[in-house]
Amino acid sequence: MKYWRKPLDEAAAGKSRGEIVVIVDRCKGCGFCIAYCPRGVLRLSSGFNKKGYHPPEVVNAPKCAACHFCEALCPEFAIYVVEPDTKT
Amino acid sequence: MKIRKPSKEPPVHPKDSLLRVERIPHIWCPGCGIGTVFGAVMGAIQKSGCDLDRLAMVSGIGCTGRMAGYIRLDSFHTTHGRAIPFATGLKLARPETKVLVVSGDGDLLAIGGNHFIHAARRNIDLTVICVNNLNYGMTGGQQAPSTPFGARTPTSVAGSPEEPFNFCHLAAACGAVYVARWTALHIRLLTNAITEAMQKRGFSFLEVLTPCPSSFGRRNKMGSALDTLKFYHDRSVIRNGIDPRDALLDYDNQIVVGRFVDIERPTFTDNYEAVNLRHAMPSPEPERPQGRRKP
Amino acid sequence: MSDKSVLTGTWFMNGDHACCEGALAAGCRFFAGYPITPATEVAERMSRRLPELGGIYIQMEDELASMAAILGASWGGVKAMTSTSGPGFSLMMENIGLGICTETPCVVCNVQRAGPSTGLPTLVAQGDMMQARWGSHGHYEIIALSPSSPQEMFDFTIRAFNLSEQYRLPVIILADEVVGHMNERVVIPPAGEIEVVKRRKPTAPPGEYRPYQPDADGVAPMAGCGEGYRIHVTGLTHDERGYPGMNAATQEQMMERLIRKIRANRDSIIRTENVFLDDAEVVVVAYGISARSARHAVQEARAKGIRAGLIKLETVWPFPEELIRSVASRVRALVMPEINAGQMVLEMERCAGGACPVRMVAHHGGALIPPAKVLDAVRKALKGRP
Repeated sequence: MKYWRKPLDEAAAGKSRGEIVVIVDRCKGCGFCIAYCPRGVLRLSSGFNKKGYHPPEVVNAPKCAACHFCEALCPEFAIYVVEPDTKT
Repeated sequence: MKIRKPSKEPPVHPKDSLLRVERIPHIWCPGCGIGTVFGAVMGAIQKSGCDLDRLAMVSGIGCTGRMAGYIRLDSFHTTHGRAIPFATGLKLARPETKVLVVSGDGDLLAIGGNHFIHAARRNIDLTVICVNNLNYGMTGGQQAPSTPFGARTPTSVAGSPEEPFNFCHLAAACGAVYVARWTALHIRLLTNAITEAMQKRGFSFLEVLTPCPSSFGRRNKMGSALDTLKFYHDRSVIRNGIDPRDALLDYDNQIVVGRFVDIERPTFTDNYEAVNLRHAMPSPEPERPQGRRKP
Repeated sequence: MSDKSVLTGTWFMNGDHACCEGALAAGCRFFAGYPITPATEVAERMSRRLPELGGIYIQMEDELASMAAILGASWGGVKAMTSTSGPGFSLMMENIGLGICTETPCVVCNVQRAGPSTGLPTLVAQGDMMQARWGSHGHYEIIALSPSSPQEMFDFTIRAFNLSEQYRLPVIILADEVVGHMNERVVIPPAGEIEVVKRRKPTAPPGEYRPYQPDADGVAPMAGCGEGYRIHVTGLTHDERGYPGMNAATQEQMMERLIRKIRANRDSIIRTENVFLDDAEVVVVAYGISARSARHAVQEARAKGIRAGLIKLETVWPFPEELIRSVASRVRALVMPEINAGQMVLEMERCAGGACPVRMVAHHGGALIPPAKVLDAVRKALKGRP
């Protein structure tokens, strides 16, 4: 992740704050979550889901900032972020 | 990190409570923006905290029309173009219910254009969300009233010879009290805008530009859905508060997005009650001029 | 119900106004319409009467919108109607189909004028009989009533609402310009004497309720918007949950239900007035304004010693198949006057099945059929002359 300035809280923000959950079989492989993750946490997996799409997989879990952008952008409701303090 | 397999305990997406999950996966193509807009609608509903039994969704026909079938609310999937008049009847019969109309550009503004302008004029208390994918997706991508001049579709193979509508300008000119345009990528702004629109009393209108990779994007060299999102990202300029007639969709230069109108105006129901109440009251005796009476 | 909703008393009013009063007496509190001759007076009276009853009158931008709006209002839990004439009726067809498919109670009053196209806007015809039956695409069953006087406009409008609530479908009133515009005595009974059918609501709790699972009578109870059931209503072929099912099996299940709920209840839906049928040699079958010409002709025939009878169709759809079949087998001829070039007579011919000759008295519209013409047809029918 490139910044136009160095964030004051970069060290703190570097910590993982979210757990990404992928509902694999809902995914249609559009790649929105991967392309727009501000921290590059996700990548396309090589495996297939039930429908034959490549769902995303988490490759850099500690970097997730729990911004929920993947969750908001996903047209399939196939990905969401659980924050430890709100976890049930 | 976890990728939960379906064999384990099924994961529950935060939006599942508003989804008819038994009907998921939906019918929209991979990368179609309607799902994203749908997510924003559900996000806005959750954020607004409104009583779900006082909320209904009405849609017409087409890809976006299917949204009503996936939301776990009282939902009505009507005929092509007629979502707004159906919603008008529903809203007037059940004024305590917030009614969302969700439909595509062709549905709302071609076949349903007449209803659109009159509902805005009357200021019927509806929130209308137009998912604009620049073509008739469901039937295979034909030219629509939103198709950019020169764009190729199965019914305009040489390029569309028509100028498209500026929906936001149209809505504002007809009297909408809230008018905004966002793209499917402006997801947080869009979600906020839907929440704002839902809180307005009167005819609120939101246009959302979405990728249609299977029908429109493919024929117009827009690449994948992701490429279209990037295209929107690169070209869009936020200009809140400008006159909607200047909110142009110039795909070669810039796509103007933002909130253009946010005004107050009496709704149809306000006026109906006021007028009929006044009519029902006996009119007072006209006052006679004093002191001029002849003896 | 407020006192103002039922104008008990004896009135001198036209058929369009009587239709409006019938609707209000039946509990109609929503009207969406568009001005059109000769049905405008229904809308005009509604626009004055509904606000004082706490109802909604809205003048829509066209008849497509009017029909869609009353469906929406009906799902909002309010009894709703619209009124129109030929051109507007044509525009309503698609959404009448939506009403049938989604099983939405509502009433459409078509005050017929002569067509095709703009035709004779101010003059009578009965040319929309088959359009009422088959005008929307796809196969379906429909209920249509045909009043022949302002009194019947009042009575049949109440019945139309009751049938629409009981069987969950749009019910059509096939009036005509003369019935709509003529002024006659209309007796409005006290509210307590008017039978009003209430919408049957589900007893199952949300989660268990299946919106299109019929009860024993073939009709499903109807949950409305905002009642906690989170219903989904679609004009796509749907299963008992209301969910789309794009396959032949779901189509068959839905169609069977839509057809059966009307066919199985024919006996309680169909009403006819039968006059002098016992010894009749020739029977005139008529409906709407033409039934008055027919009645006059039959009375004249009797006075001349001709054994003529009359079947006045109060319900035109569904057609009284069994009655016509049995009458056809014992009379020498059937005669039907109608202000079109042959619509319901085709249905009658089908039901008679060749058991007796069927003769029609046709009229292209613009005027009523003189009783003398009907009488002449009765005479010729008896003599077996063409």
